[in-house]
Amino acid sequence: TGRPPARAGRPGGSPGAGGASGRKSRRGRGAAGMAGLELLSDQGYRVDGRRAGELRKIQARMGVFAQADGSAYIEQGNTKALAVVYGPHEAIGLRAAPPQIRGSRARALPDRALVNCQYSSATFSTGERKRRPHGDRKSCEMGLQLRQTFEAAVLTQLHPRSQIDIYVQVLQADGGTYAACVNAATLAVLDAGIPMRDFVCACSAGFVDGTALADLSHVEEAAGGPQLALALLPASGQIALLEMDARLHEDHLEQVLEAAARAARDVHTVLDRVVRQHVREASVLLGD
Amino acid sequence: EDLRVDGRGCEDYRCVEVETDVVSNTSGSARVKLGHTDILVGVKAEMGTPKLEKPNEGYLEFFVDCSANATPEFEGRGGDDLGTEIANTLYRIFNNKSSVDLKSLCISPREHCWILYVDVLLLECGGNLFDAISIAVKAALFNTRIPRVRVLEDEEGSKDIELSDDPYDCIRLSVENVPCIVTLCKIGYRHVVDATLQEEACSLASLLVSVTSKGVVTCMRKVGKGSLDPESIFEMMETGKRVGKVLHTSLQSILHKEESLGPKRQKVGFLG
Repeated sequence: TGRPPARAGRPGGSPGAGGASGRKSRRGRGAAGMAGLELLSDQGYRVDGRRAGELRKIQARMGVFAQADGSAYIEQGNTKALAVVYGPHEAIGLRAAPPQIRGSRARALPDRALVNCQYSSATFSTGERKRRPHGDRKSCEMGLQLRQTFEAAVLTQLHPRSQIDIYVQVLQADGGTYAACVNAATLAVLDAGIPMRDFVCACSAGFVDGTALADLSHVEEAAGGPQLALALLPASGQIALLEMDARLHEDHLEQVLEAAARAARDVHTVLDRVVRQHVREASVLLGD
Repeated sequence: EDLRVDGRGCEDYRCVEVETDVVSNTSGSARVKLGHTDILVGVKAEMGTPKLEKPNEGYLEFFVDCSANATPEFEGRGGDDLGTEIANTLYRIFNNKSSVDLKSLCISPREHCWILYVDVLLLECGGNLFDAISIAVKAALFNTRIPRVRVLEDEEGSKDIELSDDPYDCIRLSVENVPCIVTLCKIGYRHVVDATLQEEACSLASLLVSVTSKGVVTCMRKVGKGSLDPESIFEMMETGKRVGKVLHTSLQSILHKEESLGPKRQKVGFLG
């Protein structure tokens, strides 16, 4: 997969963030009137005390559920996500209305596996209670983005006419939910033993005061500056998904992209360590 | 001989793991792992207007989300049927005056009250859902901390609600009378407590009994396609009361022990 062009979305967001090269923008002023909230202090510290390119603490575990084919849990700061993988199994027809038609090969592809993703966030995951966990437009869009990401990485040619289900559940949302979901799903797919081209590591990035910030938290996302979500295959440097909202001058794009890529590589180091630890534990249990 | 496939007796539960305060955006939360059944409950307290027929009380709203994590059949709207059934059962067992003190949730009569949104997330299905969910709901309600509010009246008579600044200044709910569900599955001539998926597949009919810690039955329901004769129903109800009382005492002791570890205890969550 090549490098899709950055989708610079609607010109929303705040007037102050990401200004033209001649004009230095002062602190990221939020649309909700968070005047005075300094996203990047003069000494270079962010709201939660991190530096500009620093990631939040990542803790992860594979094999959380015994009944699923593969499962993983990840915590990136206060964002918690669970991913569960079922498959590869027989392709099921689309469940439009009950009763479900099982075994319908209507959606099966003859030369590769179908990747089916669902993104769901718990009703208690955000500060304001959500009414519907999934089925709304944002969740459907996230599901499609996850599907695009994983179709690029999973070796689908090895499993023709079958289906791989990836279900992601966000338990607590504190910014960077897409990135946490992709990272959790990577671990879950590895736990299920489905062959992949490479790890898929994702990270978000923003731009405030002329500096690119990596791994945005909810406070920084709500401030309204430009946000970039990047999913990277670290070994080859190929980009699986690149998505950006709000206005950003093209001179700054390189810098933000570089920050996100560097952060994604750092995530890869952590995930690699988690996988090796898990394999070591499993082989000890098997008595190898 | 009172021996099941996994070595348990007919009235034994599998090993239950309970942990509270796992999600921080909520007023209270709990996670229960009963064998392969995994449930996460979050309680959010919001201010709203009381119901017309009960102007002096707050109320509880239940929502059950059967996540696709449990089985691919729950994808999209597939889990809605089971979710509605469980939510309706929860409404019924709490539909009496003594389970939760609803008057303590009232802020000012007819105008403001606390509404507790209890959201149940079903993560893995390993049999005996109702029991695990009711244990998780009780643990989450025990963990719920509702901020203390004061109602200030102006000279013009308009009311202003003031939330306390101190995050530790909150009211707790008394969960002494919150019931737990005990499911008894009839297999052959005997009945078993806490059935696994395989045992549920073998049983034709089950009885759901909702029991409080004092042994009071608040709700009873028969589920399943088979039929039960009246003597078995009485026997199962007696077993349910006995097992329920033991369940309540162990749950209370565990919750108090966890609470006594204080706010600095190490939280395990899904990482353990």
